[in-house]
Amino acid sequence: MIKLFRSAGRAATTVMFAATLLSGPALAQQKVLKFIPQADLRILDPIATTAYITRNHGYMVYDTLFAMDAKFQVKPQMIDKWDISKDNLTYTFTLRDGLKFHDGQPVRSADCIASIDRWSKRDTLGQKLAEATEAWSAVDDKTFRLKLKKPFPLTLEALAKPSSNVPFIMPERIAKTDPFKNIEDVTGSGPFKMVKAEWVPGSKVVYVKNTDYVPRKEPPSWASGGKVVKVDRVEWIYIPDSATAAAALNAGEADIWEQLPPDLIPVLAKNKSITVENIDPLGSMGMIRFNFLHPPFNNEKMRQAVLYMVNQQDYVIGIAGDPKNGHPCFSYFTCGTPLSSEIGADPLKGKRDLDKAKQLVKESGYKGEKIVIIDATDQPIVHSQSLLTLDILKKMGLNAEIQAGDWGTLITRRAVKEPVEKGGWSIFHTWLVGPDMVNPAVNFPIRGTGEKAWFGWPTDAKMEELREAWFNASDAASSKAAADAVQKRAFEFVPLIPTGQFILPTAYRSNISGLIIAPINLLWNVEKK
Amino acid sequence: MAVVAFVVFSLLYFTPGDPAAILAGDAATDDDIRRIRVKLGLDDPFFVRFGGWVWALLHGDLGTSIFTNLPVTHLIGQRVEPTLALTLCALVVSVALAVPLGVLAAARVGTWIDRAVMAFSVLGFSVPVFVLAYILILTFSIQLEWLPVQGYRPIREGAWEWLRHLILPSIALGTVYIALIARITRASMLDVLAQDYIRTAQAKGLSSTAVLSGHALKNAAVPIMTIIGIGIALLIGGAIVTETVFALPGIGRLTVDAILRRDYPIIQGVILMFSAIYVLINLAVDLSYMFFDPRIRF
Repeated sequence: MIKLFRSAGRAATTVMFAATLLSGPALAQQKVLKFIPQADLRILDPIATTAYITRNHGYMVYDTLFAMDAKFQVKPQMIDKWDISKDNLTYTFTLRDGLKFHDGQPVRSADCIASIDRWSKRDTLGQKLAEATEAWSAVDDKTFRLKLKKPFPLTLEALAKPSSNVPFIMPERIAKTDPFKNIEDVTGSGPFKMVKAEWVPGSKVVYVKNTDYVPRKEPPSWASGGKVVKVDRVEWIYIPDSATAAAALNAGEADIWEQLPPDLIPVLAKNKSITVENIDPLGSMGMIRFNFLHPPFNNEKMRQAVLYMVNQQDYVIGIAGDPKNGHPCFSYFTCGTPLSSEIGADPLKGKRDLDKAKQLVKESGYKGEKIVIIDATDQPIVHSQSLLTLDILKKMGLNAEIQAGDWGTLITRRAVKEPVEKGGWSIFHTWLVGPDMVNPAVNFPIRGTGEKAWFGWPTDAKMEELREAWFNASDAASSKAAADAVQKRAFEFVPLIPTGQFILPTAYRSNISGLIIAPINLLWNVEKK
Repeated sequence: MAVVAFVVFSLLYFTPGDPAAILAGDAATDDDIRRIRVKLGLDDPFFVRFGGWVWALLHGDLGTSIFTNLPVTHLIGQRVEPTLALTLCALVVSVALAVPLGVLAAARVGTWIDRAVMAFSVLGFSVPVFVLAYILILTFSIQLEWLPVQGYRPIREGAWEWLRHLILPSIALGTVYIALIARITRASMLDVLAQDYIRTAQAKGLSSTAVLSGHALKNAAVPIMTIIGIGIALLIGGAIVTETVFALPGIGRLTVDAILRRDYPIIQGVILMFSAIYVLINLAVDLSYMFFDPRIRF
């Protein structure tokens, strides 16, 4: 009966739809990829914010000088050739032929220098590169030079940084904008052009293929290699309600859904026209962050006590729903990347030890001070971690409570440095994508620069010293040894507690192929049949 | 409107939340946020900010979104059509079904028709909009594949496509108002049907249709119009849930998104606009009383 009704409805719809198409045949013939992104694109400037959705937008419209591949090797992207002087103080870069911005202007050395300069004022690794830089200079329109004050072994890694903030190349006139001011002009030289006239914030972003883009010849690997666009148009359709997004994918109104909430995975997996797959090899890392300015977590022993109680498996299931979508990661560096290890991780591994935790609490001199966990109930990843941490603290006999709000309130309140009685906080939870925790340079939460550090404001001179030693490591072996030392120190000082590595899978319809396995959702190479 | 403007601005000023922190992203430091706050003028004193906003308002400028850098008037303009279309369709569906149902229930009071209408009315009140919306999506979009799950097409892209995208949201949004208007119509009609002039009309041999439509309904219209007027205001508010479930890019979602991000210029602009709409609707309803009941004069 349903089939009969379905056929009748389809016939009626087809007739009416055909009439509609007569008014717009051009669009109907195009290959349009409909993509449900993880969040709504609000900010167009990938330098002004670290928001991942803006980073992903950046990859659509901009290009980079270098890019990291799946083997963590730096590969040239806009660069044709480069040369490093014997003293490691001078880098000379030459752009490849055919690079053009969306307004038709060629990409010049001046554009690259201005873009890197703006990026280095906001990005942590960029700032480190800027500290070592004496000057950038243009040799000619296609060749430019970097002169360093001291060798900086991570120069190419910095220029190939895959996640926020990515050193995207913009026209000089745009890159001259104050890095604390949002840019409005989305002219890039990347494989897609944004159609700003069709942008409806909160609903839709439209990109069209940049027909002037000259892709590299190498096969794509993460953000490196050939960025060959195989559709005419990409529409990002933001659907805030996940049940509706699932229904849209089921009904064929969308082709790809970037990140599925765990409870909908079994629902979509039943549909044979849909593939649910983990295409992100690094996933994300959850974390517990303490406030180091006030009791009780200004005491190292209190932080270590919590370390003995955290069961990462619980957190992974709480966040990802299914153990298949995550696993414990007893490392401060993203598991599955070269610097990850379990050095110093014993307090976080094995059977959880309540007696040891209670002993450390006693040694810390805890006097029953109130512990406030600030929570964001509109962020399931934050909320599930908050509930689990509260349970742990209660088991330890601590005076803990959750104060819930939305994400906007949480990120405002975490900037408050007052004690909890005056609106401050003790713990908050968040997560970072894998590429943002791969090494001591990008892993900003481990830094111990006090007032200048990330929220929580830990002061740890030893950590800063070890981090500096890592920057100065000249080869892979010494780099690994220095990173191990950083991790060992982190497990002693406990700037944060990693709560496991999780992946939110991607779902796509069977007529879609060519999705790139990468920690960022990249839409070149994707084909729609 | 001036009072509304002041209250809205004050409430937002004192509400916790910092758009600079949201704009900067999760990895930003205190210093980054402070510098963004200065750039946006968010650290200016209350009266400086309020004065600046009112001055711009007097020049027809609702401000610029902190996040998108787009003018608030442009953002509202993008969202007016879907919300207006949804509200009008839901209103048409509600009034077209509810008034005849209410009249029928009153004319057949105590019969199974009356009880059925009242049962439907209770159901309409009881089922939340989002539950009904999911049932409609499951039935008409997933099972039967007749109508789209989500989205909106402007009317310029074709009337049928426009209507297809509005049928399910209008039913979902309109059902509760069908129930409300049907109940009020029934009660109001029962009151009028007990009047002497109705008995006189019946005694003069007029058909029941003529009595109901010509004599009873017009006299029962004042409370019905009042409830329809309130309903329009409620429909605009109720559209937030419907717009979220059906992913319609309307004013409701613009408001919720702006509140979550503390995009103050948008919130202020939308609330002012809603206030103006409510005032106009109330005015229109009040004026309509004179048409339905000539005894009413202002």
